[in-house]
Order: sequence, then structure tokens, then C-alpha cells
Amino acid sequence: MDNYPVLIVVAPLLAALFSGLAVWIEERLSYPIALTGLAISVFSAFNVLLQVITSGPIQYRMAGWAPPMGIEYRIDLLNAMVLLLVSSIGFLNLVASYKSVKQEIYDRAPSFYIVYLLFMTGLLGVTATGDLFNLYVLIEITSLTSYAMVALGDRDRGPLASLNYVFIGVIGASFYLLGVGYLYMQTGSLNMADVAHILQSHQESSIVLTAFILCIIGLWIKMAFFPMHVWLPNAYSYSPVAFARVVAPLMTKVMVYVMIRLMITVFGLDYIFKSPFLADAVVWLASIAIIFGAVMALAQKNLKKMLAYIIVCEIGYMVGGAWMGNQLGMTGAILHILNDALMTFAMFLAVGNIVYKLKDVELFNLTGLFGKMPWTMAGFVLAAFSIIGVPPTCGFFSKWYLILGAFEKGAYHFAAALVISSLICAVLFFRVFEICFFPPISEDSGHKKSHSPVVMAEAPVSMLIVSGLVSLSLIVVGLYSGTIVNTIIIPFLK
Amino acid sequence: MTDLLPLIVAKYNYWLYVILMMIGLYAMIAKNNLIKKVVGMNIFQTAIILFYVSIGYKKDATLPIIQNAHGGQDAHAAVIHAIDYINPLPHVLMLTAIVVSVATFGVAMALAVRIYQRYQTLEEDELRMRLSEK
Repeated sequence: MDNYPVLIVVAPLLAALFSGLAVWIEERLSYPIALTGLAISVFSAFNVLLQVITSGPIQYRMAGWAPPMGIEYRIDLLNAMVLLLVSSIGFLNLVASYKSVKQEIYDRAPSFYIVYLLFMTGLLGVTATGDLFNLYVLIEITSLTSYAMVALGDRDRGPLASLNYVFIGVIGASFYLLGVGYLYMQTGSLNMADVAHILQSHQESSIVLTAFILCIIGLWIKMAFFPMHVWLPNAYSYSPVAFARVVAPLMTKVMVYVMIRLMITVFGLDYIFKSPFLADAVVWLASIAIIFGAVMALAQKNLKKMLAYIIVCEIGYMVGGAWMGNQLGMTGAILHILNDALMTFAMFLAVGNIVYKLKDVELFNLTGLFGKMPWTMAGFVLAAFSIIGVPPTCGFFSKWYLILGAFEKGAYHFAAALVISSLICAVLFFRVFEICFFPPISEDSGHKKSHSPVVMAEAPVSMLIVSGLVSLSLIVVGLYSGTIVNTIIIPFLK
Repeated sequence: MTDLLPLIVAKYNYWLYVILMMIGLYAMIAKNNLIKKVVGMNIFQTAIILFYVSIGYKKDATLPIIQNAHGGQDAHAAVIHAIDYINPLPHVLMLTAIVVSVATFGVAMALAVRIYQRYQTLEEDELRMRLSEK
């Protein structure tokens, strides 16, 4: 079928419409419709990936209008991989969300599903599109839905966190839009491939440089790269957990994808790395981001906030790798999009299970969790190992590529930041393990410290299955990371 | 200094959009009231919309509707010069951008209402005080 590329994006959009309509008839219908929409998306993304691997990039013309006039979906190996990643995480999270939505936002469950589907539409569209302005609109769809979602969360602080997110998100998107405007002034086109072609004869233009800087800064704000990260921890930790689970792994990673897409496809790596000063500065910034994220994570007392700062740290890895200017670094960055999305997802699934049972995730409340929720904690440990970078899990391999890239460039500070942050993560997670391992000490037992008996109380089966599946995938992706690099990333970079 | 003035006058549209944008940004950063911040955000977005509108404009050009296209006397004889018509594409793009900015404005206002219902204030310092009390 030729229409798979567009089906990936349209299926959740239509599902959002239908589940909205279905609420009028029967509220319970909205969930299965949402599930179907995303299942179609996953299926199409899988087919597109197979098609791209066997027969090269796909160009899909919207309504048959030829680019540069019409909007084009251009799907190559990088897109196809990210599309499959985004749609499967969206689908799996929806499977796990049923119970937690029922518990957390019981009164507005249908609206949650509708906004969730629109959010997925935005993310998938951002990944699939080959048009610069279309990209802006889809980024805004993604952002608008996430503002609404954050506001649905914590009833005290959600709206305020969301409003601050709105202000910063608007600045980010507007910078990107301004950059696109400058590009349009210089090239008269909005299609990525066409713009790239025209730009080759405008290498020296200061308009292009302005456009590039504006676009990249806009995207950095959106992905919470170090000095522009302030919105992220609050927004992510006050949103409903069913949404935090999907926004934390996907939103920032998709923005990293967009940055890599602009760097490789639109501006071209030769243009960006012509002057070494810019790239060096960015790599330094990335190193600072890594250290800062890790140290701030260490200072947090709430598990969600701690993970949010770890995301800031991981963004530093990816931006640094992409700006390393060599193939190893870029390979590491792209592989880390996949790995980091999976391990953050696994981590937040475990957190979601804990929230389901405990209502909050302040670190001191987590005592005795290994006895109470052994399966959840198994997933948590695997995800933590992957974030630290313990070898059989996938996190190790992308870090390995990033470090090799750093050595090739001679950016030893980046390699050092990477290693230090891994050590800090190890300290961080072992501290959590320690708290979780020992059962709460009952105070009233006087001189003899007796442990109160631990009763096993696990999260619902649907959440556990998803959590287990994703945690196992960390090892599987780790073991097959050689295959992924050889079939997807290396051919893409050639 | 003498060179600067012609430069400003020649490209006054860019200066205007930059000034508007900075006003918006200033309001978003410095104002204490949340509604003022939202208004600043809207000014910020409008500045970019005006920027796009101005780049589509050409001197002495008219609307992009082809003259006498439908059965006029010299419909076929007249050659269409692109330079006679302003570029409609940036304007069309801005229709979408306006929709986006209205949607953002709506969401921001709705959030402000929610915050007001919860805390009975929209001043940011008071909100911060309330939040730190808990």
C-alpha cells in the first residue's frame, strides 16, 4: 500500500475526532477507538520501516501536489526509525494508561484520550514531514496539546506550571518560525530538500546564518537544552503520570530528531562545521548541560523531578554528539534518540506503577518497595542500569559511540562530562535502590528495630506487562545495537 | 552615524518587527501580572506575523489576482509579470500562524482563569508566596 506514510499521521487524528464524537453516545467507547487509531499507526510505521530498508526513501505527496508547491512527506531511514519508536511508545503507553487515567483523572478520561491522540498526531507529523512550515504547525500542535495535558495534572500546581511552559514554548516556536521566515526570504521555498538544494549556492549569506541560528535556538528551547531547560522539570513532574510517561521520552527526543534533520538535510553538515568555533562552543555547552543535569538530579528529593533533570542531562549527550562533527558522534546521537526514548519510557512506566500505588514519589516514601512491588522494581532497576550505562543494556552502546566520537574530535571535556554524569547517575540510582530495598522501620518497637511485615501490592497487570516488555526491550535493543547501527544509521549517514 | 540612519529608514519594517518583538519579550519576562505576560506573548507572536507579511510585499505591486483573467479583452495578450504582484505565500502561511497564535492565546487565558479560581490572584509574586507556604 502506498498510503502508509500518511496513514501513520492521519490514523490518530481521525481517531481523535471519532473518540470525541463517540463520547456523545457512550463514554467508554473513546478508549478502544484511541487504541485502534494508534495500533493502525504502529502497523503503518512498521510497514514503512520495512519498505524504506528494502527500497530506499519514500516521498509522499499530499493530495498529489508536487513539491516544492505541495507538502511532502519524505521518509528515510532516520524518520522511519523514529516514527516506529514514537508510535509504539504511544501505543504501549495507552495500553498501560487505562487504569492510571481511571484513577488519576477519572472525571475527564475521554478528554485525556482525545488530547493524547492529538499529541501523538503532532509528534508523528513532526517526524514524517518534509516541509519546514508544516513542521512549525505540527510542533505547535504538539505543544498546545502538552500545555493542556500538563494543566490536567496536579490540581494545585499544574495550571501554573503549564502557563510557564506556554510562555517558554511560544518563544521557542516563534524563534523557529522566524528562522523559517529568513530561510524563505533567501530561498523562496519551504520544502526541505528544495531549500537544501538552493542553499548550496548561498553558503556565505548572512541571512542563512541568521536563519540557522534562530531555528536551532528555537529547537533548543523546545528540547530543554541546558540554559533553556527551566520549564521542563515543573511541566513534566506536575503533569498526569499517564502523560508524563509519554512526553518525557518522546517530546524532547523528537525535537532532537528535528535538530538533526535540519543539520543534515536542510543546512548540510559541511555548512555547519565550516567554522569550528560554533561547534566547539556547542559541545562545551553540552558538556555543561550534562554535568548540570546530573548534579541537579542528585539534589532532588522527588523521583519525578530527579528523572526530569536526568532528561536535561541526556539532552546534553545528544546535542553534544550531533555537534561533534564526525560520524561516530552523530551515530551515537541518533542511537541515543532510540535508546534514551526507550529507557526513559521504561523508567517512567515504573514510576507510573509506583504512583498508582503510593500516590506520590517523594524519595523517603519509597521504603520497602522491592518487597512490595518486585516486578515494577525489576523494571526500574533495568532502566536505571541502562541510564547509568551498564553493558548489556542499550544505554551503554550509545554512550560508547559518543565517547569514541569525542575522542576522535579531541573533545576530552565532553568524554569526561559523560563519564562523570554516568557516575553521578550510578550514585543517584543506588541511593534510590537503597531506600527502596529496606522495609520501613517501625518506630514504636523500642530498642529492638523490627521490620514491619511487607505485603506485596503490585500495580495492575496491564501496566506490569507493558513495563516488563519495555524493560526487556532495553536488553534486546542493546544486544542488537550493532545491527541497528549497520542497517539504519550508517546507511543514513552515508 | 550618518550611515546608520538611511539603513534604518530603508529597512524600517525589520526595525519595527524587532522593536515589537522586544516589547513582547520584555512584557513576558518583566511583568508581574500573568495577564500582562499573556498579552506580551501575543505581541511577540504578532511581531513575527508582521515580519512575514512585510517580506511578501513588493514596491508598486498589487494584489495577487491576475488582471482580466476571466474573459477580459487582453487576457491572453498580457504577459504576467511576477514583479507586478505581491507574494501571497507568506500571507497565506500567516493565516495558519494566526490560528496557532489565537489557539495559544486561548489556552493561556484558560490557564489564567484556572489559576485565578484556585488562588484568587494573578500576581506572580503572590502566587509564589502561596506556593511556598505549602
